[in-house]
Amino acid sequence: MRYFLTCIILVLYTAQVYAQQPTGVKAGDTPNDSGGNITVIWDYPEPYEGVKKITYTIVVGESENGPFHGAKYSAANLQSSDPGTFGHGEETSQKLFARVDEYTDPTDPSKKIAIENGKTYYVQVIAHLPSGESFPSAIAAAEAYENFFNRTKTNNFIIGTIFSLIILISIFLAQKRELFIRRIAGLEALDEALGRATEMGKPVLFAHGLASMGSVSTIAAVNVLSRVANRTAEFNTELRVANNDPVVMAVSQEVVKESYLNAGRPDAYSEDSVFMVATEQFSYAAALDGMMVRDRPATNIMMGYFYAESLLLAETGASIGAIQIAGTDSYTQLPFFITTCDYTLMGEELYAASAYLAREPKLLGSLKGQDIGKAVLLILLILGTLLATLGNQTLTHIFTAY
Amino acid sequence: MSRDQIFFIVFLFIFATINIYLFGSGSLSADWSGLGTFIAAGITLSLYSFLYKDNPLFKFAENLYVGVAAAYTITQVWYNVLWVDVVDPLSELGSDESLGNLWLIVPTLLGFFMLTQLSSAKFSWLSRIAFAFVVGLGAGLAIPRTIAANLLAQIQPTMGPITADLAGFNLFIILVGVVTVLVYFFYSVEHTGPVGVASKIGIWFLMISFGASFGYTIMARLSLLIGRVGFLLEDWLVLPLPLF
Repeated sequence: MRYFLTCIILVLYTAQVYAQQPTGVKAGDTPNDSGGNITVIWDYPEPYEGVKKITYTIVVGESENGPFHGAKYSAANLQSSDPGTFGHGEETSQKLFARVDEYTDPTDPSKKIAIENGKTYYVQVIAHLPSGESFPSAIAAAEAYENFFNRTKTNNFIIGTIFSLIILISIFLAQKRELFIRRIAGLEALDEALGRATEMGKPVLFAHGLASMGSVSTIAAVNVLSRVANRTAEFNTELRVANNDPVVMAVSQEVVKESYLNAGRPDAYSEDSVFMVATEQFSYAAALDGMMVRDRPATNIMMGYFYAESLLLAETGASIGAIQIAGTDSYTQLPFFITTCDYTLMGEELYAASAYLAREPKLLGSLKGQDIGKAVLLILLILGTLLATLGNQTLTHIFTAY
Repeated sequence: MSRDQIFFIVFLFIFATINIYLFGSGSLSADWSGLGTFIAAGITLSLYSFLYKDNPLFKFAENLYVGVAAAYTITQVWYNVLWVDVVDPLSELGSDESLGNLWLIVPTLLGFFMLTQLSSAKFSWLSRIAFAFVVGLGAGLAIPRTIAANLLAQIQPTMGPITADLAGFNLFIILVGVVTVLVYFFYSVEHTGPVGVASKIGIWFLMISFGASFGYTIMARLSLLIGRVGFLLEDWLVLPLPLF
């Protein structure tokens, strides 16, 4: 009887230890990173009262037999919190993971040793109960390495490639036949505004936004500037181009010079007409405000990415009675331009402006391609919502940014 | 003497009198801190004087602002970029350990190419290499970021299940807004008939969101104004706040 009771106690104790011990421990390279990181995975413990109070530590050793050292790791989370790496399967809510990038230096505990690529490490997960008891897991081996591809960005790559192809095909088609583009009110008014400046004998002020040359809105603004410069050269009207960025200024100088050349008026071009105002936001605004009040341009054209200076510029422009045409993709500044300018190119209209003005097959085709892309997205949006409502979230998951 | 000149002289007189009183009474300390407050108050009032009309005080503050900003930018670029990242590493190129810095010659050369813009046409074409690099790199970096932030991050939350509760209704409104605004930004079709109706609804959505954004930003600007007025009253005039 005594042996029997001892056996039962031993079996129960072993069962309890097994129940608390982290199970299903696996370790491997952290995917989609530049190396130096190991991901450890283990099962979420069987639910019981106090399961959420279990804490975990991870130890790392260079040999399977130890010694093991405390690791620096991200907090243990459910895999479902990182769908980019672990997907959207139901099993992700049953597994925990943590990422290890360093462990304590055995010779100097105040220092950490970084995980090296191509070296095998042995990892153990230790569960700590609120009672103070600890239960170590089985040992798992792992090796970190650099990943050439970040697979979480696959959807980004595919969408980018498909849209690029659509645009390229549209450009090809645009070279074969003329494509229709609807009227854009702000641009229709451009010639009228430039004509007004010519009639009044006053200058045209073109103010760039604050973004650098790498910004799409600045590239679009430069394209609009090209058209404006072409017109001012034809009309023999003074053009003043204010810049906030030296690179944008240099590009603008080139563009304006070329436009004057194309208009057959290279003599009318003056390098001083494209000038640097200030690199700081509010000094740029203060200087431009001063210029507007003193020079009283008949037409103000503000194109590019603007920040808080937008209202200062547009309000001053309105106070001097200038015709104002603004174009920006800065969502927060659009309301100010809409309320103070005669015409505003909202967001993508700025990008469409260059195609509309130039009527070049490349730009027209690109615009057409973007329209096709938007139509595809529109259909996908409606289809994805319908499927999600019916309980199928596959499309939603495909279009998730990681 | 014009009315503006009288205003200008009276303003300067009042400003000078107030500051003499503040320094004399010890409200403003006669050290760098007091001088800083005095200058900041003067520049703030000079810039606000633009609300009346363009005047010499505003011109002075404007030019000072532009000059200081340019000088500040130059020192920042010199000490934080050119000196640390270019001059210092390149001056140590002789030693064996610094061979890894050889690649720095490439961006430095590109930087010099940009300066050829200032030279004659014989060399100015070199600047196009640098500009092409900047524009190409910018566009290349922007494409995946734009797809992630402007496309995927917008689409995914919109494609949720529409349920028969407030959250579902909210999602439905967002879906209608996104679809109609997208229709507004179609350039290949004339906005007539059903497309015109959808586009008009889209414009309504845009204007409502712009109105909300306008109100939000105006509140932020008011808080900036409050901060500035607070500085004038509390730090410069040393008045106990709140006044009422």
